[in-house]
Amino acid sequence: MSAELAPWLLVAGLGAFHGLNPAMGWLFAVALGLHRGSGRVVGWAMLPIALGHAASVLLTVALFLALGVVLELAIVQRAAGLVLLAWAFWVFRRGHPRRVRVGMTTGAAGLFLWSFTMASAHGAGLMLLPALIPICFADASNVLPHLAETTSRGLLVVLVHSGAMLLVTAAVSFLVYRVVGVAILRSAWINLDLVWALALALTGLWLVVA
Amino acid sequence: MATALRPDPTFYPNPRLAQKAPPETFAYVVAFDPNRAVPDRLAVVDVDPGSSTYGRIVFEAEATHTGDEFHHFGWNACSSHLCPNAPHPHVERRYLIVPGLRSSRIYVFDTKPEPKKPRLVHVVEPQEVAERAGYSRPHTVHCGPEGIYVSALGNAEGKGPGGVFLMDPETFAVLGRWEIDRGSQYFAYDFWWHLGHDTLVTSEWGTPDMFENGLIPELILGAKYGRRLHFFDLHKRRHLQEIDLGDKYQLVFELRPAHEPTKAYGFVNCVLSLEDLSSSIWLWRRENGKWAAHKVITIPAEPADPDLLPPVLKPFKAVPPLVTDIDLSVDDRFLYVSCWGTGQFLQYDVSDPMNPKLTGELRIGGIATRAPHPADPSRPLNGGPQMVEVSRDGRRIYFTNSLYGAVDPQFYPEGIEGWMVKVEADPEGGMRFDERFFVRWPAPHRPHQIRLEGGDASSDSYCYPS
Repeated sequence: MSAELAPWLLVAGLGAFHGLNPAMGWLFAVALGLHRGSGRVVGWAMLPIALGHAASVLLTVALFLALGVVLELAIVQRAAGLVLLAWAFWVFRRGHPRRVRVGMTTGAAGLFLWSFTMASAHGAGLMLLPALIPICFADASNVLPHLAETTSRGLLVVLVHSGAMLLVTAAVSFLVYRVVGVAILRSAWINLDLVWALALALTGLWLVVA
Repeated sequence: MATALRPDPTFYPNPRLAQKAPPETFAYVVAFDPNRAVPDRLAVVDVDPGSSTYGRIVFEAEATHTGDEFHHFGWNACSSHLCPNAPHPHVERRYLIVPGLRSSRIYVFDTKPEPKKPRLVHVVEPQEVAERAGYSRPHTVHCGPEGIYVSALGNAEGKGPGGVFLMDPETFAVLGRWEIDRGSQYFAYDFWWHLGHDTLVTSEWGTPDMFENGLIPELILGAKYGRRLHFFDLHKRRHLQEIDLGDKYQLVFELRPAHEPTKAYGFVNCVLSLEDLSSSIWLWRRENGKWAAHKVITIPAEPADPDLLPPVLKPFKAVPPLVTDIDLSVDDRFLYVSCWGTGQFLQYDVSDPMNPKLTGELRIGGIATRAPHPADPSRPLNGGPQMVEVSRDGRRIYFTNSLYGAVDPQFYPEGIEGWMVKVEADPEGGMRFDERFFVRWPAPHRPHQIRLEGGDASSDSYCYPS
């Protein structure tokens, strides 16, 4: 595998991982489809869900790129690593969320907000940073002249990640809605929060030591 | 974070799957001492017909204080944790949250590792409830999207308004008052919700000074007790609508919304009509973008010899049915109705919720009838059908006979002898007592609410349509 391709695969792979997590939206789309008795609702619901996810990731990516351009990249990278470690600890320790603002009668705006909040609280965008560095800061000493390219590459990262997330969300939700049914939740819903916290921690560690 | 790798096996996404749950083998029952001399208890009753201790109390855990008045109770977590908007499937259904209705102290019992030997692991003192939530007299407990919800009949000073507060399902910390805008709601009693319609419903009894020394006849005759339903936005926590059943109706109690999350209706019992002492069951449902309520069942008072009646009823020469609890089967097909006054236990087919059909009737206890249990046909019983619980498959129903310490002697002045019975229901309607199951409750305690192993018809709510 070329060194050029690897970070892109990571970006897409993390998109698939996020899409697979029921807490990131496919399950909400399925539930709304069941409530409103329509497979089309499943398809409709996942668009604002993917957009909300993308918006959250975009925010993280933009913040990281801005800091990376203005400050010394190595410092930003290590600081981000520490933030990830803290976030991993928080995701691991956090109890029940205190506030649920969106319910089963929600519309597209509610779904967008819900997905944005879920992705942000889980630190979805933070996981992309190890891939973002080789993609956007290949030549760290010479970023400013290539600002436009750095920015467009950052946007492409968000697009690829969210595209992969949407694809997996679509595949899983139609599979559950059309074929297997929600009974599968009882056995197949493994504790992804644990995996998630671990992924955040490993990413953080990599950023600090790499 | 919950560290279980798979969802709690007692969580079900929808009511249809929940009905296939394995039959319960034991039940938790809270019992209180009406004299407030010895601590209240959480009992474990063997309900496994194949067991040698079937129909017996096999374990009792004690409160640390006296005078708590154990009444209703519930789980820290249940099937609603599978909901897609607030998913927490790896929290365990493990802790029983047992409020003292009189003391405002809340006990937490751990049902693991030995489910039949629950251990007291945490006590929330009344001061914490008062300081953090501004409430007292905790009543109904439900596990839901934002944690443990508890209704409270009084404010911190023991007056009104009552309301709902939240507790953390893992640390049991009191998180605070639930409602942001209570609107016209003042009295509190029961609450539950329609998860599919983002709506929370509450009912009304009265403030603590209106019931802690017994019901006050002048207030009843003046229609001063609760008579309304309130509807809140479950997530915005704002009051949306009030429905007044009218000034003829007093004491609006147990809320039993349909389990199927797409159905926008539920049943509530009204204990007393001032016109004719009847009890009634009301259906609330969504109509043209608003909630509406209709009286769908009326249960009349029964004429009786005044010599058989307590002082409060002698002038009326009749026994009111005093419907004080109802329960809806998980398939939303049968509604069970406890008539604590007349001793009737009724089963209605509510497949067509606007037109319930009476499909079964039993009698046990009762103010005038004192009907016996088939296990001992020569022994008259007092108290009447009260807190009722239905198994998830709808085949077994359990109930106890005490209402509330201060109200019991107003209708049964000689003092209630506690008991718990089991009824077997025919899937197509009809029911009979299980003659092998009659728990004569050891004095001085009286049993109240029942919770079945793994969940029951009033413990869980579901987010996914069947």
